[in-house]
Amino acid sequence: MTTALAAPAATPGRAKSLPGGRILLGAAVPLLILGLWWLVTGPLNLFTPTQLPAPQRVLDAGLGLLEDGALYAHVGISVQRVLFGFLLGAITGLLLGSLLGLSRLADGLLHPTVGAFRAVPSLAWVPLILLWVGIGEDGKVLLIAIGAFFPVFTSVHSALRHVDPHLVEAGRAFGYHGTRLLTTVQLPAVVPPVFSGLRLALAQSWLFLVAAELLASSEGLGFLLIESQNNGRVDRLLLAIVLLAILGKTTDALLGIIERKALKTWA
Amino acid sequence: MTSAPAVDRRQYAAASTQSVVPPESVAAESLSVTFNDVGRAFDGRTVLRNVSLTVTPGEVVAILGSSGCGKSTLLRAVGGLDEGFTGDIVIGDSPVTRYDERTAVGFQEPRLLPWRSIRKNVELGLPRDLSKSEGQSRVDELLELVGLAERAHLRPREISGGMAQRASLARALARQPGVLLLDEPFGALDALTRLKMQDLLLDVHAKTGTTVLLVTHDVNEALQLADRILLLGGRGTATAEGATVKSLVSVPGIRPRDRAATDLAQLRSELYAGLGVSSR
Ligand SMILES: Nc1ncnc2c1ncn2[C@@H]1O[C@H](COP(=O)(O)OP(=O)(O)O)[C@@H](O)[C@H]1O
Ligand SMILES: [Mg+2]
Repeated sequence: MTTALAAPAATPGRAKSLPGGRILLGAAVPLLILGLWWLVTGPLNLFTPTQLPAPQRVLDAGLGLLEDGALYAHVGISVQRVLFGFLLGAITGLLLGSLLGLSRLADGLLHPTVGAFRAVPSLAWVPLILLWVGIGEDGKVLLIAIGAFFPVFTSVHSALRHVDPHLVEAGRAFGYHGTRLLTTVQLPAVVPPVFSGLRLALAQSWLFLVAAELLASSEGLGFLLIESQNNGRVDRLLLAIVLLAILGKTTDALLGIIERKALKTWA
Repeated sequence: MTSAPAVDRRQYAAASTQSVVPPESVAAESLSVTFNDVGRAFDGRTVLRNVSLTVTPGEVVAILGSSGCGKSTLLRAVGGLDEGFTGDIVIGDSPVTRYDERTAVGFQEPRLLPWRSIRKNVELGLPRDLSKSEGQSRVDELLELVGLAERAHLRPREISGGMAQRASLARALARQPGVLLLDEPFGALDALTRLKMQDLLLDVHAKTGTTVLLVTHDVNEALQLADRILLLGGRGTATAEGATVKSLVSVPGIRPRDRAATDLAQLRSELYAGLGVSSR
């Protein structure tokens, strides 16, 4: 009995005293994969370098691109596109989601239309964007924005629809209505689900970035992918994939930090 | 984040553990409530009909009735939370308005905003026209009154159900309502906490003098707290045509009443009979 009670109390304490513990645990599998990779390409020699180059070759490729400045350019432009596209899509999603989530009239008027647009797989817009906007910077950012828009819109919209009616009524009973009710009760209540939507939207942004850059581009990580494929540079190809993983994870972690701050205040 | 530093709060708690002087700003001008042939139907199904009575200023009236008989419906009508009723409800000398400012509601659930501290939740009840400093000192007094001064910085999920109900009560009092509407405010609490809350409510009433409409399904609670008890119910057990005033009785004796008083036994068994329960 005593031990059973003591055990749950001890676990969080231990986790707190060892903050690196979870990171180590999470790094175990990637390190294992890296080890295996090294093993099959190096000592075991199961693959030719054109099939699967050794980790060291990928690192060298990265250092090479870093030296001539190309890596900065590729990473920089990709991050910029994701950032602009994500912001554009997320802000539009927040605004439209709030409007439809709060106003029954706007919801009745617009939701069927937005629903119909959502039913179209977002990549199906590509040919139209190519025709109308071109696949320059604007077209790419627009495509990413479309990818980011729907997760944010959907989460804001449904969260606002499902704010605890008891809390809203209590707010009203104490004289809150309109904007004051919105900022006092409704918006704070939807902060947690909206952040889940934002994180999903960020992942979508990276997905759509690669799609846009694969289609047509002269720089960016997607371009690096397709160019390396054409030149048979599997080392650079793997480099681009690893970089996308790192960038995706980093931006998500940054958003996660903001989320934790927001949840501390609002949840 | 909270405007009052922790030190202030502690001083406050120490200063008035046993306050007997009514806090100035918590006192309200109590109002009468007149029901004139009030009824309510939902989708053609009558829930309440022909409810008529007058609650005098400063009176505590308990509304007693079996579950689903329309007690909350009646209370919501007085608070202006529901406009679908027929007949008139007059507060003071004018009819009830939408979300009537002269009333304040203590809901069955505390309904505190989970992302706000207790103090900020109580502030939610302050009237709009109050200056910031007046508001702050009123909140201080109320937190003191309900014994939450030292927990004021906590979030609702960090306190017990009884404390949350006290916070909810303080929020309602922050309005200095002319009529305080309480909908089974202690229903979800354990027996001991419930008794303490009843004493607290009597304390609050003694200090503020506000009119109180208290919905309850607990006969003993009604007997302990009320000047009069309004028993809602249908004819016999059939409620098909809606509930109405089954009886309206004055409770003898001056509060605080002895919980074991024998002179209430007769009334108690009458009320139980009215609720369709045998008391022995
Ligand atoms: N908004 C509503 N729409 C339809 N029926 C309702 C509504 N509010 C209450 N009712 C019905 O009215 C009856 C009385 O409800 P209520 O006043 O909550 O009872 P109680 O006495 O338990 O507080 C119940 O049968 C309930 O289903
Ligand atoms: Mg009820």
